[in-house]
Amino acid sequence: MTAFLFRRFAILLAVVFCVVTITFFMIRLAPGGPFDRERKVSASIERAERLKYKLEGPEGRAVGEHLAARLGWGGTARARLGEAGSILQQYRDYLWDLLHGDLRLSTKYLNRSVNEIIGQTLPVSLLLGTLAFTLATTAGVLLGAFAAVRHNTALDAGAMFSALLAISVPTFVTGPLCILVFALKFGVLPVGGWGQASQIILPALVLAAPYVAYIARLMRSSMLETLGQDFVRTARAKGLSDSAVLYRHALKVAILPVVSYLGPLAANLLTGSVVVETVFNIPGMGGFFVNSILNRDGFLLGGVVIVYCVLLVSLNFLTDVAYKLLDPRVQLA
Amino acid sequence: MDALPDKAAPVPAVGGSAPLAGPSPPPPTNPPPSPAAAPAPAMRAASSPLARFWRNPAVKIAVLILALVGGSALFGPLLMPARYQSPTPLQLAPPSFAHWLGTDLNGRDQLYRVFIGARISLAVGLAGALISFFIGTTYGLVSGYVGGRTDAVMMRAVDVIYSIPRLIFIIILINIVEQPFHAWLQGKVAASSSEALRSLPGYSKTLILILSLGLVEWLTMARIVRGQTLVLKNLQFVTAARSLGQTHRKILTRHLLPNLTGIIAVYLTLTIPAVILDESFLSYLGLGVDASQASWGTLLSDGAQAVNPIKSSWWLLVFPAAVMSGTLLALNFLGDGLRDALDPRGK
Repeated sequence: MTAFLFRRFAILLAVVFCVVTITFFMIRLAPGGPFDRERKVSASIERAERLKYKLEGPEGRAVGEHLAARLGWGGTARARLGEAGSILQQYRDYLWDLLHGDLRLSTKYLNRSVNEIIGQTLPVSLLLGTLAFTLATTAGVLLGAFAAVRHNTALDAGAMFSALLAISVPTFVTGPLCILVFALKFGVLPVGGWGQASQIILPALVLAAPYVAYIARLMRSSMLETLGQDFVRTARAKGLSDSAVLYRHALKVAILPVVSYLGPLAANLLTGSVVVETVFNIPGMGGFFVNSILNRDGFLLGGVVIVYCVLLVSLNFLTDVAYKLLDPRVQLA
Repeated sequence: MDALPDKAAPVPAVGGSAPLAGPSPPPPTNPPPSPAAAPAPAMRAASSPLARFWRNPAVKIAVLILALVGGSALFGPLLMPARYQSPTPLQLAPPSFAHWLGTDLNGRDQLYRVFIGARISLAVGLAGALISFFIGTTYGLVSGYVGGRTDAVMMRAVDVIYSIPRLIFIIILINIVEQPFHAWLQGKVAASSSEALRSLPGYSKTLILILSLGLVEWLTMARIVRGQTLVLKNLQFVTAARSLGQTHRKILTRHLLPNLTGIIAVYLTLTIPAVILDESFLSYLGLGVDASQASWGTLLSDGAQAVNPIKSSWWLLVFPAAVMSGTLLALNFLGDGLRDALDPRGK
């Protein structure tokens, strides 16, 4: 178990390192910088700006240009090598800052650090995500088991049809439709925003709905398979009640595919929350993620992506442990 | 460990695949009817997967819906008079006889926009699913056929990719690659005399979208194909082919692939709605198809903004939503129907 924990932690670090590297180079090498849209300023001011936001690596540039001089290169080749040196130095400095827990300044939201932005928005996203996660798993498992027990009845068919419907309708349709019906037509729930308990109901439901359906379908087919197995017949034969057979024997086995879906579920909820947060005007990380790409706000983007990845890798780890606890045959590797 | 247990149950091969050159398993034939117990007509129909597929009423409705949507996407814009294609002074008009689905903020006819949106969304869905089909099938075949350590590593990689937010990386990728790709395409086709080729750079974002969504959605296909290959490669017809000196490449393409057509058809059908959903998700956030080209995602994005407490233009949201959801539902039903027909145990 210790070896397993250790290996998992190493994987976590490796994933975060890769993600940081990829994100950094993608955003730095992309055309268009964070200051492009603003009014042209003089070269010295722009240079000061770039130094302030650490978008310039003077030492690396000097090394690159020195190397070019040694090789006898001039003109554009020299400038390119200098630029490469500058970017490499920025990358090194960025990793160093990350090691110290500093996610740097946002280039768009002036004078706000990425740590501060994430500190404010992460709890919001986490609350919404956790609620939707709980909802999706409990409702999905119950509905799926329910449909499996009433196999080949109208109830089963109805449940499965609504499940397919829920999978087919994207959240950005259900979201505005729910607003139209519940908030604007009947006025029972608020249109959006954040801060009151009533404001979280609609977003959580909308975010969870497709995954309730997906888990219900998964659970139903797995439950049907389990109910046909010998140990269930044995349990029935020894006179256990229907509910005891179902909840104490069959459910434990049938739930395994659902448990292994929890990792991908978390990933999907994360992506889905980006949309739900924009639809319901929730001040979570999703909106900042989308804007950081559009604004070429590299450090904010990097910070958000790092948080996403750490969350997901940890959740996958927890899923594996849960799987191990439920199914002793599984070897942790 | 595998994140999902593979559906390793052998699926009966679908008849009608390309004639096989080498030895292959006999097609599933009905047992010769014995005079003593002639099978009831229903039983005989049930033994053919295709017949079972067509008897499913949900499948018939799904095919009808898809034909309707596909047909109107292809021919609808051509049948509408040209005046519907341009903006009119009639802004945000509710559905009427002149504009069946109303008009949008710029006075454009919503029906025409939905037709055009269907073209882009369906094209992206089909092309993206095809790309994912090529990647997924190749990956799964190789992984399952080679087996052993290679298989373990390849499947572990799939597990890892499964649980990262792939769309988030796609968003970053699209936004970064788009401008250089556009410039490159512009340079390539600028000198071309063909009108169609010269309009291509306008679609550069859509092209990248298709490619990257294809790169995202192949995982399920790879898993399923690999599971089936693991089962099939141990059957006698593969051993026979190998003992006759058939190359691995030939065994993969001539013997294994034809036996996988059924299961591949199922997951190809199920990948199309997934890709359409992804596309509309990105377009909704303003990161997918260019706003100038309507896709269902951009229409829904406009529709969602039109729903507000002051004046709700519900028709901008409801009609694209209905068409898109209907299409996705039909595709999902079709895929499920195919799967049930091929694997009756699940029923």
